Order: sequence, then structure tokens, then C-alpha cells
Amino acid sequence: MSDTLVEIQNLSKHFTVETNFFGKPTSVLKAVEDVSFTIQKGEAFGLVGESGCGKTTLGKMLVNLYRPSSGKILYDETDLTALNEKERRKYCKDIQLIFQDPYASLNPRMTVGDIIAEPIRINHLLPEGKVEDRVIELLNCVGLAQHQRNRFPYEFSGGQRQRVGIARALAANPKLIVCDEPVSALDVSIQAQVLNLLDDLKDEFGLTYLFIAHGLNVVKHISDRVGVMYLGKMMEIAPKKELYSNALHPYTKALLSAIPLIDPTKKKERIILQGEVPSPINPPSGCRFCTRCSRVMDICHQVTPELKEIMPGHYTACHLYDEQNTSGQQ
Amino acid sequence: MLLEVNHLKTDFKLKKGIVHAVNDVSFGIEKGEILAIVGESGSGKSVTSLSVMGLLQEPGKVVDGEILYKGEDLLKKSEKELQKIRGDQISMIFQEPMTSLNPVYRIKDQIIESIMTHMKLSRKEALARTVEMLKTVGIPSPGQRANDYPHQMSGGMRQRVMIAMALACNPELLIADEPTTALDVTIQAQILELLYSLRERFNMAVLLITHDLGVVAEAADRVIVMYCGQIMEEADVKSLFSNPMHPYTLGLLNSIPRIEDESGERLYMIKGMVPNPLHMPQGCPFSDRCDRCMERCTLEMPELKEVGGHKVRCFLYNQEAGKEADDR
Repeated sequence: MSDTLVEIQNLSKHFTVETNFFGKPTSVLKAVEDVSFTIQKGEAFGLVGESGCGKTTLGKMLVNLYRPSSGKILYDETDLTALNEKERRKYCKDIQLIFQDPYASLNPRMTVGDIIAEPIRINHLLPEGKVEDRVIELLNCVGLAQHQRNRFPYEFSGGQRQRVGIARALAANPKLIVCDEPVSALDVSIQAQVLNLLDDLKDEFGLTYLFIAHGLNVVKHISDRVGVMYLGKMMEIAPKKELYSNALHPYTKALLSAIPLIDPTKKKERIILQGEVPSPINPPSGCRFCTRCSRVMDICHQVTPELKEIMPGHYTACHLYDEQNTSGQQ
Repeated sequence: MLLEVNHLKTDFKLKKGIVHAVNDVSFGIEKGEILAIVGESGSGKSVTSLSVMGLLQEPGKVVDGEILYKGEDLLKKSEKELQKIRGDQISMIFQEPMTSLNPVYRIKDQIIESIMTHMKLSRKEALARTVEMLKTVGIPSPGQRANDYPHQMSGGMRQRVMIAMALACNPELLIADEPTTALDVTIQAQILELLYSLRERFNMAVLLITHDLGVVAEAADRVIVMYCGQIMEEADVKSLFSNPMHPYTLGLLNSIPRIEDESGERLYMIKGMVPNPLHMPQGCPFSDRCDRCMERCTLEMPELKEVGGHKVRCFLYNQEAGKEADDR
């Protein structure tokens, strides 16, 4: 397919937690385990999950902050994981990252203008004389005034800093932006401003987003398709409307029902998940969700379910939707 | 009335000037009621709760007003008297379950300390009560987990321990400062459910401080919306959400991405940002961000007035201006 921008194939990332005397790993944290999905050009793909599900690790592998342990990342039909460090770096300007914490992700000793200009200078995108104009253009894009380029990050509020982070990400003319929880550190009234800005920029520059968040409501607003992760595994992928109206996986259903409704008159039937996310160092065998699932079956403890297409475009990894099981239940 | 706060003013004296973090705030909590205070960062909601607990630190200081707990003014009490009340009759859970437990003591020792300070129990009885409390808040195998250190527990578990500790002496008022903000959604649902059931069981009043209107809709009986140290609107939860009156409340409600919304349209935005507390706009603090700002709003401060069951601080609902608002 030509309109696929990124194809992720069986991607895994393992971190070694402990090694024995000979340096052989004895305890391994499987942050991302065998995840596959595609992102189309011009699409916003939302990635949702609780803390520790591997969504940020996945984003960091895309922007080359982590090297995958196995699997492939096909970007425009080039396998990024097969490239050496020097060749890989050429693709960095195409895939940029917006960080979660606007307070920690800007260098406090650099002016905002220098922060935004850095990706341009490092990649030699423009001659030095034109950098300044470009920085002003970018500041205008994200709704900051041009005289603010000589100020330092501490002079800005959280929302404004996040705008600086967005301008920096745009500076290298990227095709894909990985947004790692860009609004979760912001106040409600500012969240709406930043979400709208991201929406506008996407149309203006024809961007593609991988939008990572832990709240399904934020993701719903901005994305076209949504993937739900749990303990390093992709549980469900579906177009936005389909996922929110017809979630298949029990985990997605629980996540959806855990969101507080903004209407006190509606008391909904709530699925309260029991227990907590197990440790990714020692995940349960079989389906990773089996320890908390309300509809757990015997097979769930033994066999890891595959991500299968149940309806066109709607994938889920759950034994409830295995053919033999559905016929068996009936 | 269990707790009554009258005209509370808390200032922070800084080198650059005085910040009125809480400016003339009055409210009351009945027995067994859950009152939520909502606001963005800098609205003074946490400072209000710390003032009630008497836990303000320099340079913060309560400069005026009274805090009546069962008719007695907490501000006039000595530190020693306050200590008897804190943790016993009024207790508090904090936002960060990671940093509010002491990392070098076992869970049980921390809870036992609080029990033995306030109740005449032997250590053995206190331990039994600790295990019972841990069980109440839903910690599996509480006898064993009581021996854990905080770092051995997850965020949700630690928040449960905090709640167990806060409830150990059967408080009549629980102040919960953003109890679920640091937690995942599924764990948040568990903790809110727990708070709700504990309220029913112990008939305890809860002052819930939060920035999340979803949490408010889910848990509270009555809501106070704060902005820049002042109460903007106060109403019972159903009427606040069905009929928000203050433009700020309306803006907050509209700017949340909603799960049930199908339109996918642009979100409503409140323009601008919270003003610098050292340079407050003259008149209504929200005037420079308000869509319906009138000339009068930039000159005088509106009063908090009772209108149709709500208390609202806005000139739109004043009698003279009321007519104009009706015409629109």
C-alpha cells in the first residue's frame, strides 16, 4: 500500500533488569511485546493504555530514542531497524516528538528562539541567515508572539511551553509527529487550546500523528483510529467510532466505563476492574489481561490470543472471539 | 453544620508583593456530605484545604476569617490542640501517594503511629485495627501487606494505604486533595468507588479538591468552582452540570473532550490564561478571558449572589444587568 506511512511489524523492546555474574540477563522487563500496526498518511493514530503498558516505549522506538529488541519499523517502505546509526539519523527529522512534560523538556538555559532553531541548525535545513525568519514563522504558527523568542522557558506558562515544544517539533518539517501525552500536564482550559492547535496544524501541514494518551476521551477527540495497549501487548485496534460504540475486548470495555461521565444525572453501569496491572517483568502466561478479566476462560491462562480482524478494520486479541469458542458457547 | 468557613483570606507574602491565594472564601459542609472544590492550578483550592488543616507553610498565612469546626474556631487553637484534631477528627489524603508515605518505615508502623497518637489502644490492638483498616480499603492479604515498605506497593495501593491511615481514627471530616490525579483511570474508578462506599458506611463528610470535572460529577453532592482565589459559583452537583451559570463554569464544562460526544468538532476554548496572581485584573478576575465581559466587569468586583439556587459571582445575574441577560 502506498498510503501507509509507518508499518510496525512484530516490534518488541525488552529491558534487562538484572544480570548474573557473567552478564547474562536473569530478569527481563518486556515493555513492548510483539506489537504490529500501521499508520496511514495524514492519519492520527491514538494509542491508549494505563501506565506501564509500553505506549511511551513504543513512541520512543519510533523516534530512535530506543533501539527495538526485535521486529521492524517500516517507514515509507524503508526498514528503519536495519539501518546503522548514521543512516538512521537521516530519518529523525521526519519523525519528531512532542513530550509530555513541558517543564522538563525545554532546556532552561536556552532562549525559546534557540530551542526552536536547534533542529533546523542540526539538520542544516536552512542557511543561518534564514533561520530567524523561520523561527518567527513557527512561533506564529503555534500562537506565540515573535518578540517572545528571546525569552527563557521559565517565563512561560505550561500551555505556552507546550506550544514551544510543538514549534520545535514542527521546525524540521516532519511527516510524522509522535505526541506523547501532550496535554496531560496541562489545565483543562489550556488542554482544549493545545488540542485544537494540534488539530489545526495537522490540516495545515498535512501531518500524521501517533497520539499517545492514557485517557480515552482525549484520544477520541483527536484521532481517526485507536489502538489499546495493555502490558506491552496490543489488545484492540479499531476506527474511532467503532471502538467507542462497539468495543470488543473486555479491557477496552472496562477502560471506557472507568471514564467519569460529565453528567451527574447519568449513573452508568460501571465495570470496576479488580486488582492492578501485573508486573511486566513477570507477566501472566497466556493472555496478559487474564488476571483481571471478568470473562476469563481456561484457554486464556494458557494460550496468548492473536490480534485478529473480527470486523473490517476492527482487530482484537481475545479468545472470546475465536471461531471455535463462539460456536462452542452457542 | 460540621465545618463552616467564613470569609477566609490566605496571603502569601513574597518579595515581589502579596499574593491573595484565598480571597474571602466562605462555605460549609454538612455531616456526611461530599463537597467538591474545583479549579485550575493557582485557583487556591489546595491552599483552602491546607488552611483548614492548619498546615500552611511560610510564607503562607491566614490573615482573616474564621474556620469553625463544630462551632469552634480552629484558627484560635494552639498547635497542640490542633494536633489532637488532625488525624483524629479531621484527616487528609494528599495528591501524591508516592511522596506522602515515609519510605523508611513499614506501612503498619506508620498507621499504628497515627492510631496510638489519638486512641487509647495497646500496640497489639492498634495492629489489629491497622489490618482491619487495610482490609476495609480493599488491600488483598492485609496482614502480610502491612509489613511492606511503601516502595513495594503500586500507586493505587499506596493511595489505599493513605486512605486507610486517614480513616484509622474514624474522622468526621476527610479532606481529599486530588486523591486520584496521580492514578490510572481504572484505579481512579476503584478509589472513587471506595470513597463513596466509605462515606455511606461511616457517615463521614468529604471535602474533595480536584481539577477534574468528571470526578466531581461522579462523586460530589455539592460543588464550588474557584478561580484566582475566589468562589465563582456554588451549586448542588446536578444543577451545576445541567445549568451552569457563570461563564467560567460554562467554559470549563465545554472545553472537556467528552466521550459521549459524537460530533468531533473543535473544542470550545477559554481564551488566554490564568492571570499572574501578582497582577490581577481590576474588577472580576475572569474578565480578561470572558466571552460576555461587560464594561462594568473590568471596573468592579461582582459579589457572590444567590440566583436560582446557585451562588454566582457575575454581573450577568445582577438585578440591573439581569434584564439585559434575559434579553439575549
